[in-house]
Amino acid sequence: MEWFAHLAVVFEPLNLLILLLGVTGGLVLGAIPGVSPTLSVALLVPFTFHMAPTTGLILIGAVYASSIAGGAVSAILINVPGAPANIATTFDGHEMARQGRASEAMQYAFTSTLVGGVAGMLILIFLAPLFVDYVLRFGPAEMFWVAIVGITIMASLGTGSLLKGLFGGALGIWISTIGISPATGQSRFVFTHYLDGGIHIVVALIAFFAIPQVFRLLESRATVASQAVVSQASRLTTVVRNALGHRLAMGLGTLVGAIVGIIPGAGGQVASIIGYDQVRKLSRDNATFGHGDPRGVVASESANSAMVGPSLIPLLGLGVPGSPTCAVLLGGLLIHGIFPGPKLFETSGGVIWPFLGALLLAQVLIFFVGLQLSRLGHLVTRVSPAHLAAGILVLSVIGTYSIQNNLGDVYVMAGLGVLMYLGIKGGFQPAPVVLGVILGPIAEENFQMGRTLAGPSGSVLDYFTSGDIVQVLMALAVISLAYGMLAPIWRARRRPATSVGAGL
Amino acid sequence: MANHSKAKTGKLAGLAALVVLIVVAAWGLRQTGSDGALVGEGDDYPDKPLSLTVAYGPGGATDLQARIAVEPAAEVLGQPIKVVNRPGAGGRVGWNWAVDSGGRDGYELIAYNLPHMIAQWTHEPSLSYNADNVVPVANWGADPAVLVVGKDSPFQTVADVVDYARAHPGELSVSGAGLYTGHHVAALQFQRAADVDINFLPAEQGGVQALQFVIGGQVQAGFNNLSDSWRNRDSLKILAVADTERSEFLPDVPTFQEAGVEVDDLSTNLRGVAVVKGVPEPHVERLAEKLPEVFRLEQVQTKLKNTGSGSLVLGLRETRELFERKTRAIKALLAQDDAP
Repeated sequence: MEWFAHLAVVFEPLNLLILLLGVTGGLVLGAIPGVSPTLSVALLVPFTFHMAPTTGLILIGAVYASSIAGGAVSAILINVPGAPANIATTFDGHEMARQGRASEAMQYAFTSTLVGGVAGMLILIFLAPLFVDYVLRFGPAEMFWVAIVGITIMASLGTGSLLKGLFGGALGIWISTIGISPATGQSRFVFTHYLDGGIHIVVALIAFFAIPQVFRLLESRATVASQAVVSQASRLTTVVRNALGHRLAMGLGTLVGAIVGIIPGAGGQVASIIGYDQVRKLSRDNATFGHGDPRGVVASESANSAMVGPSLIPLLGLGVPGSPTCAVLLGGLLIHGIFPGPKLFETSGGVIWPFLGALLLAQVLIFFVGLQLSRLGHLVTRVSPAHLAAGILVLSVIGTYSIQNNLGDVYVMAGLGVLMYLGIKGGFQPAPVVLGVILGPIAEENFQMGRTLAGPSGSVLDYFTSGDIVQVLMALAVISLAYGMLAPIWRARRRPATSVGAGL
Repeated sequence: MANHSKAKTGKLAGLAALVVLIVVAAWGLRQTGSDGALVGEGDDYPDKPLSLTVAYGPGGATDLQARIAVEPAAEVLGQPIKVVNRPGAGGRVGWNWAVDSGGRDGYELIAYNLPHMIAQWTHEPSLSYNADNVVPVANWGADPAVLVVGKDSPFQTVADVVDYARAHPGELSVSGAGLYTGHHVAALQFQRAADVDINFLPAEQGGVQALQFVIGGQVQAGFNNLSDSWRNRDSLKILAVADTERSEFLPDVPTFQEAGVEVDDLSTNLRGVAVVKGVPEPHVERLAEKLPEVFRLEQVQTKLKNTGSGSLVLGLRETRELFERKTRAIKALLAQDDAP
């Protein structure tokens, strides 16, 4: 029980204060579009240079966990996900806000963060050794199929039509090919030097969600919600009971988030979307999803929080960071003389356990700080549209510029944003496009690498179809695709009379 | 009806306001980006904070080392150095930007990575940066390439790898961090020296992914950084170091030359500070005098060691010689077979 003693270090007054500051700061940073968890942690690491290792890592852990949860705030209130991990939260969260239930949606989000986050951390603490070898088996072929499974979800994502979803996804994949390849130096579709570095995923995120929202606010001249419904769920016990009532959404979201979190390279960006999609498919009465169903918020937020713990398994167990955020965390660990790898807990147990303890306790603090924030949530939905639009626009420009200090990104963001606004008028949804931007490179890079590996010795087809993980993923892709195509037909048969309009 | 057209004008006005706002905001950023074109000749340089452009993302090995290396700059130089990340396209975005739009007043520095930067401009003449406009100032770190195989690999020595590659031309899969990186240079040198043909896999996500493929058995071998391989030595076998002498981290691992394969230290990953040509010579000299002092500070050396990277502090003359030597060698290597 040595680790338990180390864990208790978190409760020392100074560490507890640091943790609270980190959580509050992380929630605010996470809520700013463009300031993703990766950027938040990267900005923070140099500040920890002068701190004691334990204190520094507690701060990093607190900010990492809370910036992911913070992204839900902007997703719900202004329909702009704080980071890719919060995309699925907009589907139902913002609809709830429009119905005047912003505070309630935020309460659901933070309760889900608590459940998913704690479950994910417990998986990391107790089950990590079981998964370490499994992680290593993900090579190019496996990663290619992970991306394909994700792409099959695009078709059924959002409330728009199947065809427009697929077209949007294809467009997103095309956007992801723009730029000069870091590995080989080949350039594609670079007609202005602003595009040399390609279109950063967070730039696309802001462009596709924030800018159309600005137009929409100016156009409708109405506040987000016409009136706030006074939340019945302001008492702690009621909040928890309400959220836990959605057992399927909570359980499935957590499970999917944890599984996707372990896979190196997929990361939290797709965990919440896959979690949302699975919950919607397996829930009864799923017609209300996308129209302000709390289960959507629960699924998305439990999935992205459950991802936090398992995503550290490749990093801590193997020294291999599975996501960009983990790569930044690796830097933070190294600077304090901690070398992740198989012997980590033997050599640095005194520092790494408080770090894990901080991540665990952070989930609890996020819940309480988050509930306080929730009380204020409805205020944002009552801000006058002009002021809110201006605010979003300012944050968008700052957020975009801060990603890589590149003015070109701001121009690209503005251009793509206007195009997306026109696209939404034509019945397209931003989510499939962003998913395409995320998954396109994973599919393509791994296909390229697999082709190189298969090249001289065997056939490319064999390489991409052998191995048990590959075959399971292929089966999942087929099932997901079949469901996407057949579900609308079943639904139409069951209810031939009512035809639901194609969303916005 | 009237109401409708009113709404439409409102919409247009809103749109116009939006466009104006974006342009104004963007212009404001541009202004802050390139202020201070004044060249302060004289003794008071530097009299305001400097910036260091890192052409890779925050949190990566280069970024982390750069932040460590310049963090106490104010103590020695009198002014702090602020790290600015401009990542993209394997360093091309940041380095192109520095040469195309960066200042030449001595207040904007660039972090370089060799041999990557040199191999890029040798292979791609269309890049803005080249041997004529990048002026090296001081070097802080050196991280040699090593040949690694998985823990359970049948290969025990470099000779085993060479024998296998000879018997199976083009089949031995070897990973590294992208094309024209130090790892790729090492692989090209290895092919040449051992007279074999290997299947080089440039990992799209860089060196860490390349190492993951070796540990996971997706490739049979890999060229990778000594620092990262050393950290993961429990999951790997390190067969040889691409350097002229053994590493203090790995006293039992032979160099390639000791193992009978003529691969030298050309691929060693070197990191340091450069400026763009046009910076007044007195400023360059002052930087070259003070920066090595900063890099030699004990706090910098300890932290660099924590990241597992070897330190190599060089001043102006030595760094320039290093650039010239590497440029010649890379040109010769790439000219012989302008591979993939």
